[in-house]
Amino acid sequence: MTPVLTLEKIEVRIGNVPLVSSASCSVESGQCLGIAGPNGSGKTTLLRVMATLLKPSSGRGSILGAALETAGFELVRPRIGLSSHQPALSDHLTLRENLEFVARITGHGAREVGEALETVGLAGAADRLAIHCSHGMRKRADLARLFLTRPDLLLLDEPHAGLDSSATPLVTVLVRHTTSKGGGAVIVSHDPTTMVDLADEHMTLRTGILSR
Amino acid sequence: MTTHALEIARHDLLVERRAKETLTVVVPFGLAALIALPMAIGIDLPLISRIGPAAYWSTSLLFGMQIAWRNTVADTGPNRDLITLLGVSPVSRFWGRAIASAVLLVAFMFLLGVAAILLFSPQIPLTPWMLLIVLLFATGLAIVATLAADITSGLSGRSPLASVLVVPLALPLLVGAAQAVESLSRGSGILPWLLMLAAVEIVLAVAGTLAAKPLEEAAR
Repeated sequence: MTPVLTLEKIEVRIGNVPLVSSASCSVESGQCLGIAGPNGSGKTTLLRVMATLLKPSSGRGSILGAALETAGFELVRPRIGLSSHQPALSDHLTLRENLEFVARITGHGAREVGEALETVGLAGAADRLAIHCSHGMRKRADLARLFLTRPDLLLLDEPHAGLDSSATPLVTVLVRHTTSKGGGAVIVSHDPTTMVDLADEHMTLRTGILSR
Repeated sequence: MTTHALEIARHDLLVERRAKETLTVVVPFGLAALIALPMAIGIDLPLISRIGPAAYWSTSLLFGMQIAWRNTVADTGPNRDLITLLGVSPVSRFWGRAIASAVLLVAFMFLLGVAAILLFSPQIPLTPWMLLIVLLFATGLAIVATLAADITSGLSGRSPLASVLVVPLALPLLVGAAQAVESLSRGSGILPWLLMLAAVEIVLAVAGTLAAKPLEEAAR
């Protein structure tokens, strides 16, 4: 199997404070990695390294074939889908407008935007401003973006947080869809039970140290 | 690249049209500053008329800087990450932000200009040259503010740094625009001042374009 992501001895420090220490892991094509850890253990930091949004202080690795040490991620970044703890939405745009913005940048059409909203059950609320939506609806809209862009590397930060029981299967569908087409997924959560059925491999992150 | 820049600009302007945060917060203060000046001077009408253009340009610089700054740093962390991961290049993002700020600044300066004419009755011929001067000034200030936002990205004390960075960089724009209008009112040639404004603008545009990627990588 081809590695979608590999990290070797990744260390992230802010000043002298280590946020992640010597973290090594890999995600093969078609695989989902679950990383559990308590609040403040460095999960989001590690996920941002995987998303090429944070440069590690030391260590090596590759993301979708691009070496982590280089700065040339322009071609790789559009293939990465990140859902942060806080959904990436512009408050003063409607849910549809938020997705249309993404669609225009990535070359998708209005029909696909409608389908993505339909998939996550937001077709009826598509014209509501994001600022007037609940956290759960905003999380669904964030998932709709990932259904729209269909990334090769899916990075989900606490994906179940704020979702009701009818929406949590969407995370499973999204992960399965990504892995079935040969992509990879990484889920981080403080609650390991949410990843039991979803992840093929489980790791734990405590005080910045990643272990199996 | 141009498409992405225009999409970013369109997005920012739509957000501003809905939120009305930048213009509704800054415009009233800018107008109040213009109104306060003749009141502080008193009834010396010739003096009020003479200082009108200076009041207009300095108010445009100080409050326009706030408009451009607010617009360029409005992005929240997740939205900024999203734009990066969508594959929008730092250069496209730079120009998208700058275009949106320039449009907002032109609107602001138009409103301020109407108020300045009513309040100061300056002896300035309202020719198409005035429009060109305002456009050059607004575009230059938008580029400076966007560049300053990129330079200070990720720094905790970025807002205080804004004025320290933007005002010195924008001074040539202020001098060029004010002197061009002065020359226009005297009936002398304004070409040297227009060329100066254009030259400053080109230097800022090249600097912003070249620095966009290294500054984004440095902020990672």
